[in-house]
Amino acid sequence: MLQLIDIGLVLSGKPILQHVSLQMDEAEIRSILGMNGTGKSTLASVIMGLTGYGTTSGRILFHGEDITRLPVSDRAQRGITLAWQEPARFEGLTVAEYLEIGRRFAWNGSVSPRECLEKVGLHPEKYLRRAVDATLSGGERRRVELASVLAMGPKLAILDEPDSGIDPLSIDNIVDVIRTLSRNGTAVLLITHHEDVAAVADRASSLCGGTVLKTGDPPTIARFFRNHCQECPHVNQPAGEEANYV
Amino acid sequence: MSDYSKEFAAIAKAYEATGGDPAALFNDKFAGLVVSHNRILFRNSLPGVRIEGTEMPTGARAKITVEPGAMVANPVHLCFGVIPKEGLQEIISEFEIGERAKVNFLAHCSFPNAVKVKHVMDAKIHVGRHAEMTYSETHYHGEDGGVEVLPVAKVVVEEGGIFKNEFKLIKGAAGEVRLDYEADLKKDAVGELNAKVYGKKQDKILVKESLFLNGENARGLAKSRIVASDHCASEVVGEAVGNAPNTRGHVDCVEIIKGKNARASAVPKLLVTDDRSKLTHEAAIGSVDKKQVETLMSRGLTESEAVDVVVKGMLR
Repeated sequence: MLQLIDIGLVLSGKPILQHVSLQMDEAEIRSILGMNGTGKSTLASVIMGLTGYGTTSGRILFHGEDITRLPVSDRAQRGITLAWQEPARFEGLTVAEYLEIGRRFAWNGSVSPRECLEKVGLHPEKYLRRAVDATLSGGERRRVELASVLAMGPKLAILDEPDSGIDPLSIDNIVDVIRTLSRNGTAVLLITHHEDVAAVADRASSLCGGTVLKTGDPPTIARFFRNHCQECPHVNQPAGEEANYV
Repeated sequence: MSDYSKEFAAIAKAYEATGGDPAALFNDKFAGLVVSHNRILFRNSLPGVRIEGTEMPTGARAKITVEPGAMVANPVHLCFGVIPKEGLQEIISEFEIGERAKVNFLAHCSFPNAVKVKHVMDAKIHVGRHAEMTYSETHYHGEDGGVEVLPVAKVVVEEGGIFKNEFKLIKGAAGEVRLDYEADLKKDAVGELNAKVYGKKQDKILVKESLFLNGENARGLAKSRIVASDHCASEVVGEAVGNAPNTRGHVDCVEIIKGKNARASAVPKLLVTDDRSKLTHEAAIGSVDKKQVETLMSRGLTESEAVDVVVKGMLR
């Protein structure tokens, strides 16, 4: 369904992504593990086609179509969406209206805003009429973002650290949402630091220095991440044997 | 009389265009005042709310008194308009809100056919001790931009009083707007000035909101949300002066420009004369935030739809 073929990205003369190749199947959950600054969020931006993240080399195929040069809207209308790690705030736009925007292009069946909020652990009565503005806490805003993805029911959801700023007791709730998306036919590209969350994936990949180091089953990749990345003395500079784990 | 009945119908239609409910306009159950050009078409007082009005050659003079302790359940409706293409309308008004009274004003100003209309609103507002007044003013101008609007208000809020104002001009072309609101806030008083204007074509917008935090613990917010498109020029002056202990003031300005020919400027003016006062300001000027637009685009909206959602939300 999604194929990244030898993706490279250079920003201000600095290589940010290098030779990234990755393939995802329908409804697959793929977690991406990596330390800060390894290019995880950049990869999300590249797939979504955000401004300033046009690939320097390589191609992105979605259901066989080359979408490498398509703008964000066109990618979204084909069924790709992104939940930001730090989502934007909107004055005057209610949560209900925000969720309805996603529903306009619902792919995998339409879920009501009420159900979406319940699914992410927010009481609809309390939140539907609230504005998606600075009055929401970071955690609340991230949950609303997840609810918005649920409302859209996309073919591919890129979730950039959905567990960031969420209290540990609610991690199960996030995992449940990810499973729901997958059950409904959505493939999920899950960017996370949390091994617990990454464990929900069918496959996992570790990223370092803008390169995919290793892909495999989540426990194997988590172990690799723990033993190599977290203890790594040369942050973001895969060298020697680690560069050969791909 | 036939002229009057036509004028009633025309002003009711214009009122509806601003978003007002015509059923409430000439309704004896609501206190209210309706002025078409320089004719008072409707004036209604209710227990607790006295509305006096005098016609002048160029407009009307109004005095609105809310008795101390009055809790006015329904909003007081005010409607000012000029139906012909040309004309000058001056509304000289005085508001006296008695101690511990609570009242909400809904004002609608409509100039649907304006080609050369000047509307001057000169208000003196006195909010008594522990009284609460909200004043929401919505404008509707025609598409020709032939209106010159000069709303000026001098507000005094006594100890523990609350004054909240919203000026909204987002329908039709604004024309030339020079808004100047000033609030003198006494001990424990609260003042909120809020302006929302959508400028198009050749519109010129000047919004000046001033907070004078003169009493201990007074709090104030001067907030403006302006969109300048086409060849519109906008300027916002947000002023706060902290003259008393433990006062808090905030100036919050967002101006969005759409198109290459619009321009916007913001001038925050903060002055503290008491070392226990604290004033803050924030301003964002320029195009619509890229992240907001791309977030909405990632849900499938086109870029122009996304900008529209952001702008409409901001001016709501």
